[in-house]
Amino acid sequence: MRIVDFLRARPRLALLLLAILLAVLPFLVGAGLGKSWVRVLDFALLYVMLALGLNIVVGYAGLLDLGYVAFYALGAYLYAWLASPHFGLHLPFWAVLPLGALLAGVFGVLLGAPTLRLRGDYLAIVTLGFGEIIRIFMNNLDAPINITNGPQGMNLIDPIAFGGFALSKTHKFFGIGVSNAHLYYYLFLAFVLALIFVAMRLQDSRIGRAWAAIREDEVAASAMGIDTRNVKLLAFAMGATFGGLAGGLFSAFQGFISPESFGLMESIMILCMIVLGGMGHIPGVILGAVLLTVLPEALRYVGDWQRALIGRVAVDPADLRMLLFGCALILMMLFRPEGLWPSRQRKRELHAADEVAEQESASVYDARG
Amino acid sequence: MDIFVQQLINGLVLGSIYALVALGYTMVYGILELINFAHGEVTMIGAMVALAVIGALMGVAPDLPGIVIVLGGVLVAVPVCMLLGFGIERLAYRPLRNAPRLAPLITAIGLSIVLQNVAMLIWGRQYIAFPPLLPQGSHEVLGAHISTLQLFIVALSVLVMLGLWFVVQKTRLGRAMRATAQSREVAALMGVNVNSVIATTFVIGSALAALAGVMVSAYYGLAHYYMGFLLGLKAFSAAVLGGIGNIAGAMLGGLLLGVIEALGAGYIGDLTGGFLGSNYQDVFAFFILILVLVFRPSGLLGERVASRA
Amino acid sequence: MFTMREAEAMTLLDVERVGKRFGGLAALDDVSLSVRPGEIYGLIGPNGAGKTTLFNCMTGLYRVSEGTVRLDGRVVHNRPPHEVVRQGFARTFQNIRLFPNMTALENVMVGRHVRTRAGVLGAVLRGARTRDEEAAIRARAHELLQFVGLERKARVLAGHLAYGEQRRLEIARALATEPKLLALDEPVAGMNPSERRQMAEFFLKLRDSGVTLLLIEHDVKLVMGVCDRVAVLDYGKKIAEGAPDAVQRDPAVIAAYLGVGAA
Repeated sequence: MRIVDFLRARPRLALLLLAILLAVLPFLVGAGLGKSWVRVLDFALLYVMLALGLNIVVGYAGLLDLGYVAFYALGAYLYAWLASPHFGLHLPFWAVLPLGALLAGVFGVLLGAPTLRLRGDYLAIVTLGFGEIIRIFMNNLDAPINITNGPQGMNLIDPIAFGGFALSKTHKFFGIGVSNAHLYYYLFLAFVLALIFVAMRLQDSRIGRAWAAIREDEVAASAMGIDTRNVKLLAFAMGATFGGLAGGLFSAFQGFISPESFGLMESIMILCMIVLGGMGHIPGVILGAVLLTVLPEALRYVGDWQRALIGRVAVDPADLRMLLFGCALILMMLFRPEGLWPSRQRKRELHAADEVAEQESASVYDARG
Repeated sequence: MDIFVQQLINGLVLGSIYALVALGYTMVYGILELINFAHGEVTMIGAMVALAVIGALMGVAPDLPGIVIVLGGVLVAVPVCMLLGFGIERLAYRPLRNAPRLAPLITAIGLSIVLQNVAMLIWGRQYIAFPPLLPQGSHEVLGAHISTLQLFIVALSVLVMLGLWFVVQKTRLGRAMRATAQSREVAALMGVNVNSVIATTFVIGSALAALAGVMVSAYYGLAHYYMGFLLGLKAFSAAVLGGIGNIAGAMLGGLLLGVIEALGAGYIGDLTGGFLGSNYQDVFAFFILILVLVFRPSGLLGERVASRA
Repeated sequence: MFTMREAEAMTLLDVERVGKRFGGLAALDDVSLSVRPGEIYGLIGPNGAGKTTLFNCMTGLYRVSEGTVRLDGRVVHNRPPHEVVRQGFARTFQNIRLFPNMTALENVMVGRHVRTRAGVLGAVLRGARTRDEEAAIRARAHELLQFVGLERKARVLAGHLAYGEQRRLEIARALATEPKLLALDEPVAGMNPSERRQMAEFFLKLRDSGVTLLLIEHDVKLVMGVCDRVAVLDYGKKIAEGAPDAVQRDPAVIAAYLGVGAA
């Protein structure tokens, strides 16, 4: 812990070290764990973007959105429509990505407008349904007009390219071959940093305070002159925008998308990330996203252990993944609702309230005649 | 054959199953003001357990009449689900009754995922066929067919709902439930054991869910570890349509939703000039949910729930 | 005597024949009152007389069944609460409703929301205008905390403050919205006599700073002590209005309310 104290006293040095670490990370990972892990890193960054977006909705404004992945899908499909052979369009990424973010934001408003004046749980179920509907449409809109190409999905999606410099190829810099996974890493890292910046500024602003107020007490917030519906809608739209942007990046990175990537479980996983990391706290959310992207990859080794121990793979490690997520959600809510890395304030408030609540519930509910 | 009457009949059958599941949502909501997200999964577990027992019985005593075997499955599935409902309340809701509203919602989602995946580990990813044990006959009504199974499903649902109605309106337990729904604190002060009323509500709802699970798998001839999700979503929509928290509303909403869905699936092709087909059947429930929430959030029979609190 | 026009200008809050029914039950029946700028107006009545209902009708939490409520000549009834606040009508709650997990300072800063403008773009870019606005919000919040004597608790979570402090914080937060009229719902409930005396002095200080106060209270002595005028509600009807000593002598009031207390 002495290193931590040392660095805490020297934030600039810490920042510099962090920057260097982030810059060389893909090379370290590639050399240490193998090339496939650099791709895992890329996905981790995508999920950080998604988690940051959902965190605005759930962590800041306290609205439970269970269909968040729908916005991710919208961004991804829009990118594929506008930059792939599917419709023969090949617009540049700097035009398509903002459009995807915008489209997702608009859908966020369309979906939120009717439901946000109702109680929070309605929002949860409506967003859940919305995610499912989007999936049904993705699966079925291949006939009579082929819009989504159905369950097969769309492929040959254009990579991100700066002029003739396509990120999908390996390039040589100073004689070192840098693969596409590395290049996307730096691109995603840039986006992640930008989104962190946006999220931090939003949190510490007039709008951010209004979100927090609504999360705390909606009636009191409206009595303070906050137009709760519009401010909630704003949170919803902002979150959706982040999702749409990440979707576009995913589409370009992967070169191929299908409805399978946008199921309910994906939404749940993103929710898991912020719950596990610490709702509303950006470092926690990032930690959660990285952990939950990397852990399932590590889970693959569980198959090897099984083979070594009992001679066969009894339980497919991929099947264990969701089970573990489910358990994590339950256990976190029951035992550590503030998450693994909460903000200091949040930790204080949760643990101060515990005792009082326990006393109250004990006195009220055990009353018998 | 009259398509309209046929779809109406199919809709009513499906609707009575939705109604049974919707009752579970609405009762819990009435008392705790919470959506029990794991309720759809209870339905699935009911179907799965019943099928497992049915399979085992067919192996052990193949000579038993089909209906007895199915009954055996039901008789195991119902108590298993009741226990499950009890456990869900204990684990996911009671410890968090004073936590922020987000907390029990998230726990319930976690539970629902756990149940799904446990079911998948036990019963696999494939669809499980419901063996043809029940009478296959069919009757003609107004130019449409109604099978014995369909008749049976509707009749049993109606019976169960009447029974529930009686319990809630006429018994001591029902009175305690209604009092708790009005105000937990006051009910507690009046000597109602609120904890046990809440637990009982979960248990009853889960028993209905188990029945519905068996019915739906018998009706479609299939069960699957993922079946609870969509069924739950639809049943919840039905509960909202009827007015969440309102028992008669859940019954009405379920039947209506079933009919709307069946008619919608039957006519959507004509309505959209063939652009959308019956594979969009699952979308209707959701659109109805949105429409109800926009225009009449209290549902058809409910009181105002668009609370500002 | 005043002309009609002048009389209107003398009225800040004009409640005209307001009625509110819940189902068939009339909680308010034909209630009219008018609050003049710069006064402390008390609204008293026994439990269940409809005081809080009237309050909620005025501030947009309930829809009124009939009648009108005007603030400074503009209709405020049946408007969303946030618009009522924008018009200059702030309130506190009978059972304190702070944002418990935000600091005292943040609570008051939220009160500035309605008088400030920065949106998403401003928040992200944080240009000169946003920075100035943010600084002004913070400065005003500190001033208000000082005004209610909570400057030293600025960084304490609202939920961790003592009861009386929470009451005062709620008032500071309401003042942050720059109200023309501040309505306080039972602000001294649960306080001991010396705290009540302090609050009474505080109300006078508030009035002298230019805020008009509408006080809903149970504590008749306090109301009679600080209010310029008083109205009495009973069973949803106004049974008296006027100067405190006159109201105190009103037989209807004594029968309905003070008599019960004296007996």
